Amino acid sequence: MEQIVPPGGRLAWQEATVTAIAPLTPRVKGFMLKAPVWRGFRAGQHVDVRLTAPDGYQAERSYSIGSAPESPEIELVVERLDEGEVSPFFHEVVEPGDTIEIRGPIGGHFTWGQRDGGPVLLVGGGSGVVPLVSMLRHRAHVAPEVPMTLIYSARTRDEVIFGDELMMRAESEPNLTLILTITREDPVQAPFRMGRIGAELVEEVLEGLGGAPKLSFVCGSTAFVDTATRLLLDMDVPFPSIKTERYGGDPARTGAIGQPGP
Amino acid sequence: MVTRGFFGRRVSDEEAKRLPPGQYLEKGFPVLSAGPTPIVKPENWSFTIKIGPRPVKSWSFEEFGALPQTELKRDIHCVTKWSKFDTEWRGVLFDDLMKAAGLDEPPTPYVLAHSYDDYTTNVPVADLIDGKAMVATHFAGYPITSDHGGPARLLVPHLYFWKSAKWVNGLQFTERDEAGFWELRGYHIYGDPWREQRFAGD
Repeated sequence: MEQIVPPGGRLAWQEATVTAIAPLTPRVKGFMLKAPVWRGFRAGQHVDVRLTAPDGYQAERSYSIGSAPESPEIELVVERLDEGEVSPFFHEVVEPGDTIEIRGPIGGHFTWGQRDGGPVLLVGGGSGVVPLVSMLRHRAHVAPEVPMTLIYSARTRDEVIFGDELMMRAESEPNLTLILTITREDPVQAPFRMGRIGAELVEEVLEGLGGAPKLSFVCGSTAFVDTATRLLLDMDVPFPSIKTERYGGDPARTGAIGQPGP
Repeated sequence: MVTRGFFGRRVSDEEAKRLPPGQYLEKGFPVLSAGPTPIVKPENWSFTIKIGPRPVKSWSFEEFGALPQTELKRDIHCVTKWSKFDTEWRGVLFDDLMKAAGLDEPPTPYVLAHSYDDYTTNVPVADLIDGKAMVATHFAGYPITSDHGGPARLLVPHLYFWKSAKWVNGLQFTERDEAGFWELRGYHIYGDPWREQRFAGD
């Protein structure tokens, strides 16, 4: 558990500068931000973004951080949703040099750090992989000895975010296992697998981790998270060891990732 | 600060009046929680009122259904930015629970709600009484589904929706305002959407 606001303090809005923008998939871009006052964060946390129109109208959304806490800049990953209000703005309007109001980091539950230990299972669906990538990058810096397995389900190979990096890490980092499964392309070749996450796959992964992991992090759409957590519970992974993050709002409208419940 | 190139999308004036700062209008009903969805069957459900550590009254789901039922239609506001208008709930008002538990006056100024997944959240008694809050068993005319907190969830619609604990199984009167799950993790101790009290210090 982590206090996200210093005692007596307040999580203030600040103007972060966009330093670089990288297309990650046809629908997903990464925005590197430099924040003037940034005390670091725990892998898995997100930030709030606030946009202000000339007449004072404001829109706020939450976006996950993909970068590791070690990175000097914050990488926000934004999926473009055609019906959205904020994500098309990020994709079509924002340029390097622009300033965007943010505050954070936010979220004290869906986080992983060295002292949490492992083994750790990460399960991500679609852009739900973003906070998990932050954890995996952080692990390489602080605790490469911790066994970590990422199961990442994407619709097509084109939609895999950070695919090259993930495959390179899985090749070169001991104790890191990557399972990429593609649900809407047929056939796909190794290292990709085909189909949705099912009981067999989960059983195989748990065997590879030597039993139930100490912690599991599941992030994606509501349906994805419910299916994945049910599979884990059916394999006797203890309920309190599973942390989830479900997309908040109708993803067709917002693209925001919401952390808190209920 | 005006954001270069941002104009945004407006809702009608009437809708805008009902949206607290930083919120947007949602037509669906998103699901958010910190862990897996606990499946609690009504026949295994029970609900307990405690004063401090001392249980004062418990009900089975059947007994709970025999308490006075009230319908509330309210706007709800989630700290993750979505709001939903005119949600319809049915359940037992906090006032009626107190009566049924034999409590004429609130014994303490605060309540900590407890849930089946060990979730907790704190609410001042003043925000529960006078028809402001209920333990709801029905949403839009149907039993609340497990992903939305069924068999029963707390409903405190005028505060951010994390206060409306899902899978609720008890209310505990406390002398002090004891921080619950999210309140211990940096979220605001009270959570008024109209004052945008999302995080501690807001």
